[in-house]
Amino acid sequence: MYVAVKGGEAAIANAHRLLADRRRGDRSVPSLRIEQIVEQLALGVDRVMSEGSLYDRELAALAIMQSRGDLIEAIFLVRAYRTTLPRFGYTRPIDTAAMQVERRVSATYKDLPGGQLLGATFDYTHRLLDPELATDAEVATPEQREGDGQRMARVSEILAHEGLIEADGELPEDHLTGDITREPLEFPMERDIRLQALSRGDEGFLLALGYSTQRGYGRSHPFVGEVRIGEVELELDVPELPFPISLGRIRVTECQMVNQFKGSAKAPPQFTRGYGLVFGQSERKAMAMSLCDRALRAGELGEDITAPAQDEEFVISHSDNVQATGFVEHLKLPHYVDFQAELDLVRRMRGEHEKRQATDQTETREAAE
Amino acid sequence: MDRRQERELETARKTAMAALSLAPVDELKRLCAAAGISGEAEMLRGPETGLVSVRGRIGGGGAPFNFGEATVTRATVRLPSGEIGHSYALGRDKDKARLSAITDALWQNADRRADIEEKVIAPLRAAQAEADATSRAETAATKVDFFTMVRGED
Repeated sequence: MYVAVKGGEAAIANAHRLLADRRRGDRSVPSLRIEQIVEQLALGVDRVMSEGSLYDRELAALAIMQSRGDLIEAIFLVRAYRTTLPRFGYTRPIDTAAMQVERRVSATYKDLPGGQLLGATFDYTHRLLDPELATDAEVATPEQREGDGQRMARVSEILAHEGLIEADGELPEDHLTGDITREPLEFPMERDIRLQALSRGDEGFLLALGYSTQRGYGRSHPFVGEVRIGEVELELDVPELPFPISLGRIRVTECQMVNQFKGSAKAPPQFTRGYGLVFGQSERKAMAMSLCDRALRAGELGEDITAPAQDEEFVISHSDNVQATGFVEHLKLPHYVDFQAELDLVRRMRGEHEKRQATDQTETREAAE
Repeated sequence: MDRRQERELETARKTAMAALSLAPVDELKRLCAAAGISGEAEMLRGPETGLVSVRGRIGGGGAPFNFGEATVTRATVRLPSGEIGHSYALGRDKDKARLSAITDALWQNADRRADIEEKVIAPLRAAQAEADATSRAETAATKVDFFTMVRGED
């Protein structure tokens, strides 16, 4: 027999009304505006776009506001929204060498063409809290300097000339680019699908896994060949036009991780690479992604798979924070019937256990006598 | 029109449409109003918002992969004079999509093209070029100038 228990409608409605009130907070404090979040909490917005896997600053900012700053909840909202829209197509692949660069650093080459451009970075700040920020003090306009405006070749192109670094990752000619939003995950997977999953993966999870490889769990001797941040143009082929139409620009962060590799039966000694590419300005995520990408290529490169970061099924199945939070958080929803059944079962097992113990004791006593 | 002229026209239209898709909506509205572009057109499609899947390349130049989606709004219009115009741009702005499509339709009328180029496309392009130049100059000011310190005597 199955008995449905109803109730809670009023409680739920009132809880949501209370949520709206608490979200707004003290009415004497001005309400946030979407533009303020877009402009002043820009990196939080970027994280929601990258893990929500949807590039739209205003929507990400709205989600942050609605979720009271809970970024995983905001990511969830964005993912839910994207399912309501039709798909117009796949863009042409972006060209990061043609990027309007806002930051570009290399830890492997001091004097690379175009130079080391620090851009707007937290690096080299002293990490001291600045009380002046709370006073609405005037902020100086940025310094300007004549730039050469030249196209900045990716650092991998520079290293490639010596032949000591592997080429950009190619897949077989007849390979159709995978899409995890259209087909279910299947293991083992190709690198294109893995990169798609990693690009939307949880920053904290990928950061911890990347860190684990540095600490020796699947060591890969990484160097940041290059990190670059800036705007790239998106182009889409559409049937109504004889040319690819420009959709505008998006900001992305790209990381080329270069790894020492002593060679294996499958590949000669050379530098191998891990790749990171994410929406917005998100260096930590792009770096963590590239470390994980490299670790997950262990099988392809003939390395022993010994560490969690090298285990494709483990990493990719647990990298999505919307899935993770859904499954963890569902535990707090009513499980009354399940639990009653379990309670019955444990009671019965306990009864049998006690009976068995009593019998055992009697038998031991009898044997001793 | 021979094939070469046709290609040149296509390239010109492509760059004009690119300027429209990058345009901030308020600026586009202002320029269109100043150029006397009325909102009068038959909507054949949209404006409608959807998604594109954004592709990158493994290692920057290798095989393509999808790394996320982006919102895009598009529109198709027909002018009373018959020209059909299209627009596609990132974001969800329906006014921008409609105005861009109308501008594209007008651009295809050879009599209006020079006027549209001068009053709408050129100012948009100039504003974007200036913003890019500023951003480049601000980034250039953060370029590291390495120098070598010689310590001690040889």
